[in-house]
Amino acid sequence: MDLGTFPILSTITFLPLAGAVAVAVLPSRWARPVALGFALAAWVVSLLLLVSYLPNNPGFQYTVALDWITVFGIQYKLGADGLSVALVVLTTTVSWISILASFKPIQTRIKEYMVSFLILEVGLIGVFLALDLFLFYIFWEIVLVPMYLIIGIWGGANRIYATIKFVLYTLVGSLLMLVAILATAFAYQATTHTWVGAFDFVTLRDFASNGGFSSALEIGAFLAFFLAFAIKVPMFPFHTWLPDAHTEAPTAGSVMLAAIMLKLGAYGFIRFAVPLFPDAARTFAPAIIVLSLIAIIYGAIVALVQPDLKRLVAYSSVSHMGFVTLGVFVFTQQGVQGAILQMINHGLITGALFLLVGVVYERTHDRTIAKMGGLAAKMPVYVAIFGFFIFASGGLPGLSGFVGEFLTLLGTFEFNPVTAAVASFVTILSAGYLLYMFGRVAFGEVSDFLKALGDHLEDITPIEILTLAPLGALVVVFGIQPGLLLDLFHGTVADTLTAANAGAAIDIAPQIVIGGLGLLTVGVVARVMYVLMAPRRVASQLPVPADSGAAQ
Amino acid sequence: MNLESLIPVLLLLPMGGFLITAAIGRRLHKQAHWIPVLAILAVWVLAMLLVINVLTGTAPLLAGSETHGYAFAWFTWIPAGDFVVNVGFVVDPLTACLLIVVTTIGLLVHVYSIGYMSHDASYWRFFAYLNLFMFSMLLLVLADSWLVVFVAWELVGLSSYLLIGFWFRKRSAALAAKKAFIVNRVGDLGFILGIMAIFVNTGTLDIRDSIHILTSPTLAAFPIPLWITALLIFTGAMGKSAQFPLHVWLPDAMEGPTPVSALIHAATMVNAGVYLVARANPLFAAVPSTMVVVAAIGIFTAILAASIAMTQTDIKRVLAYSTLSQLGYMFAALGVGAWTAAIFHLMTHGFFKGLLFLGSGSVIHSVHEEQDMRKMGGLAKKIPITYATMLIGSLAIAGIPPLAGFFSKDEILGESFKLGFLWVWAIGFVVAGLTAFYMFRLMGLTFWGEFRGPKAIWDKIHESPWVMTVPLILLAIPSIGLGMALGLPFGSSTLSGWLEPIFRQADTLMGRAAEPFALFGIDGALIILSVAVAAAGIAVAWRLFGTNLLGLRIKGRPETVTAMSARAPFLYRASLNKWWFDDLNHLLFMVIGGRIAYAAWWFDREVVDGTVNAIGRGTVSSGRGLRRIQTGRVQNYALGIAIGLIVMAGSYLVLAGR
Amino acid sequence: MSDSLDAYLVLAGILFAIGSFGFLARRNAISMLMSVELMLNATNLAIIAFGAFIPSLGAQGSVIALMVMAVAAGEVTVGLAIVIAIYRNKRTPLVDEYDEMRR
Repeated sequence: MDLGTFPILSTITFLPLAGAVAVAVLPSRWARPVALGFALAAWVVSLLLLVSYLPNNPGFQYTVALDWITVFGIQYKLGADGLSVALVVLTTTVSWISILASFKPIQTRIKEYMVSFLILEVGLIGVFLALDLFLFYIFWEIVLVPMYLIIGIWGGANRIYATIKFVLYTLVGSLLMLVAILATAFAYQATTHTWVGAFDFVTLRDFASNGGFSSALEIGAFLAFFLAFAIKVPMFPFHTWLPDAHTEAPTAGSVMLAAIMLKLGAYGFIRFAVPLFPDAARTFAPAIIVLSLIAIIYGAIVALVQPDLKRLVAYSSVSHMGFVTLGVFVFTQQGVQGAILQMINHGLITGALFLLVGVVYERTHDRTIAKMGGLAAKMPVYVAIFGFFIFASGGLPGLSGFVGEFLTLLGTFEFNPVTAAVASFVTILSAGYLLYMFGRVAFGEVSDFLKALGDHLEDITPIEILTLAPLGALVVVFGIQPGLLLDLFHGTVADTLTAANAGAAIDIAPQIVIGGLGLLTVGVVARVMYVLMAPRRVASQLPVPADSGAAQ
Repeated sequence: MNLESLIPVLLLLPMGGFLITAAIGRRLHKQAHWIPVLAILAVWVLAMLLVINVLTGTAPLLAGSETHGYAFAWFTWIPAGDFVVNVGFVVDPLTACLLIVVTTIGLLVHVYSIGYMSHDASYWRFFAYLNLFMFSMLLLVLADSWLVVFVAWELVGLSSYLLIGFWFRKRSAALAAKKAFIVNRVGDLGFILGIMAIFVNTGTLDIRDSIHILTSPTLAAFPIPLWITALLIFTGAMGKSAQFPLHVWLPDAMEGPTPVSALIHAATMVNAGVYLVARANPLFAAVPSTMVVVAAIGIFTAILAASIAMTQTDIKRVLAYSTLSQLGYMFAALGVGAWTAAIFHLMTHGFFKGLLFLGSGSVIHSVHEEQDMRKMGGLAKKIPITYATMLIGSLAIAGIPPLAGFFSKDEILGESFKLGFLWVWAIGFVVAGLTAFYMFRLMGLTFWGEFRGPKAIWDKIHESPWVMTVPLILLAIPSIGLGMALGLPFGSSTLSGWLEPIFRQADTLMGRAAEPFALFGIDGALIILSVAVAAAGIAVAWRLFGTNLLGLRIKGRPETVTAMSARAPFLYRASLNKWWFDDLNHLLFMVIGGRIAYAAWWFDREVVDGTVNAIGRGTVSSGRGLRRIQTGRVQNYALGIAIGLIVMAGSYLVLAGR
Repeated sequence: MSDSLDAYLVLAGILFAIGSFGFLARRNAISMLMSVELMLNATNLAIIAFGAFIPSLGAQGSVIALMVMAVAAGEVTVGLAIVIAIYRNKRTPLVDEYDEMRR
């Protein structure tokens, strides 16, 4: 379909903003339907973009470029390639789902909530579409503000701590990124003696691929970008804001956080960090691979013993997102494809898991796994849907999670079999924590805590099913026909690989040994410290959740 | 009409049955079984049509091979650059043999479940899961791509999880389901790595193509050594077929309803590993050392499980350990290169073990869900059909001629002997005696002697309804006759005729020629020996646990049993406690693993997050510290100005004076 | 010595030192204001001396001194007003008590 000169990207980006203005001026009883309406409108337009996007054409499509700060060559420039399109559609989809899912749980300051949510959507879409580094940075920071408010105002008991931690942590990274953006712009200007294009992504990418940046600048700027993106992904060891933010955020906030915001970092790696600084990316790839491996395994291990449903899912996110960074930085075709698939799938599945946790929380006002039990008898439909997404998250073949995970592992295997073996070990751990959670919540006798709730424990409502249905449908479709997504990406994948001079071997063996030893040391130290601190912990934590055959 | 195009119908029928029953089954109440049962009936008919055509050789030759069969390419699943996975199916003689077992037993179990599950509130859910399982299992045997096999591999795992945990209110059932899934995942991990190794080595995931490339002698150097690839694939087989050390899930899986145990955990799913190794036979044959590993693990599992089965008191657990033991036999057969014997045993075992499980279900049903054999006894009078069919099953598994188990087991033992694996034969020989013993211990405790349970139950014991007994009778027929049908004539049996093209390449790779069968020589002697050891096992069981067969009345001697167990306390306790594998796993994974996980969590909170918080706290407290300077008194500030002035002027003077 | 610039500067320095000592050491706000005046006048003295001894400055030194006087007058007016206002509130001329700005 040809859209002519219709500025579709700007429309998608600023429709939610118009929605935010509308919600702000209209009476608050209209806040819900108006917000949902604008989110749905943005969704429809994004679907229009999806069908009119031509995956076989290279480069960016529907590009708009307007001069903004001409002195420094800063432009308002948007453009879409397959990756952007997929992520924008994911964003608009999850946004209306989240807004719909907030109808019941959010009862206070509903107007402000919806305004925040719509502005959040603007920022997220803008990040995925911006092709000017300065504009990208602005959208990147816009995202923080509404999320800060959503967690800080409508969050749980410890929300202030969580939201301040979230914002400050993310700011540390992004301010360094701003410095790096300015540094690249100045470097560009110093070489070419013009400011035109100094912030333009395409110009800078070509400049970089011709070896325009000095290696010192590349390394410094890459590290700055890396820090910003790694915090957002989040990569070990920058992940600790995530469990707190997830736990305290309202359900819809968790959904947006998991489904979209974590993708910002991964998107940043693929779109900016690798193409702009390819040599530095290759230099640091082994270290990033090791960090990803740690995140994958360590996140899963920590998830095994989480007492709180949301915290468990949060740590599983750390583990799953490790696959994304792993796939990107092995620089093989399957690896990058798998990483991108994993991004989308993680958005769908983890978003759904947070919605499902929200359903229980809505009824029980509790998320402690130990208090749950026997929901299969009380809420059979809910448990069926929950089980579906649990297995999707665990990488059951036939559902979408598997394809991304497998392709990533295959790409990693081509790169180095031992790395893949270590990473694939997570399939056992993920089955462990997911089935532990599912079994504890769904199976067994109905717990006393739930019994006390009585009729309040109604099964999942049609509205809640409506929020989950699109995600579930996509999980099935992308599980059986991943080609639908993969076709969108081959341009992006090729660009990433070309940028990173794929094919040249990277010797990883020493890094793995170092990383392994490092992990071991960390483990031993942790163990020793744990033993030292053990006496006052025994009562509260040990024995382990004895979910074994013998114990029951 | 092309018969190829029937193959996807085989899959769509149970999938449709699953989806429809899952969607509307709740409203169908006690009629929920119709759609699933009819779906499987249709599958059975279609499958038989294909099977007969393939086995009689009327099917066309498969492209690039000398095997008759049907191939069907469906759609492209993953198009990821140079990595492409196509979903396609193939029905060759090996698949046909599996199809016979899967569809026949599947159908009979479906029918049986109508009776067995009739009192269950979630009747519809059971049938929906059963159809899901049938879909997955059929996909497993039909798929012609490694990755699609893996998909089915996981899906049978999922169905198994759902069915083991069917009675989810029982915490033990939920835990057993979880254990089964996770232990299987360990095997799957090896399998998926093996698949990646195959892709990296060959660039394709098509089973036949990849094996062809891997075993062609021109390509010597692969990135991943062939023996690693073969052993990784075997790891997958070990998980699904519950071979040591991944055997721990199968006995626990008996928490599921008995028809499930019969279908999944005896007759079909657990055979998947055997099927996989048989399918990949040239891969193993190309590296003989991997075959020794297969044989060793198989035969070790066989004797380990047989030793445990001797003392278990739960009727289903005895059968579960028996299944482990028989699966061990099959792997031993694969390991020594007796491919046909392994598939032969797979088929006969599927039928008689399915029969035994369904029979045990009938027993359990009649004594009101009691599974402890110590509370049974003398049931032969009350439930004659169950008794007669289970007796047939027991004789078959014990290896009494001319029943089915005799032929297949004897072929395994004979081949191991003749192919030079004397140690496999010797252990297998002992296991044969143990098998006969524990099966007739089970028979003695259950059907003969006096009833040891409450009188109230005894009075109410009655034979199961016809939907349950008819499948028993129908399964008893192949338990008697399948061995004769497939295993004769000795030396060049019907089955080996069918499967010869499949295993030809492996035999060539191993440099083996068919030896003539010597009924009045070595083979005859081996047959007599193995029948003798089975008879001895039965005799010992009769002496200790009694019998009442064909007028032969022997009373059990419980006191002798007690005395014997007291004489060898270690062995007895080891057997009773399953050689402490569950305890070892508990210690390793729950206790130690849990400690590690808690340590990691502590590390995360206190060290990783602690650092973050420490930075935050550091900033705050340094701000608080610096605030003291801000006294609010003008003179203090003025003093600061004055001092600053003096320092600046002073330093100027000093520096300028230089 | 009376025609030497150094003498005027020494005197200005001494006056400034006395003024700053008074500003730092006296606790009475009025005395502090007087000390400030002393310092200002010390500076004025220095400026005028410079103006007188350095011909190229011309009349500029005197002009600056006049400016300083005007500013000082304004400053003293405002300062005294503030001191009186605070004195009315706190009933004390001692600046130790004046720590409102800290809160």
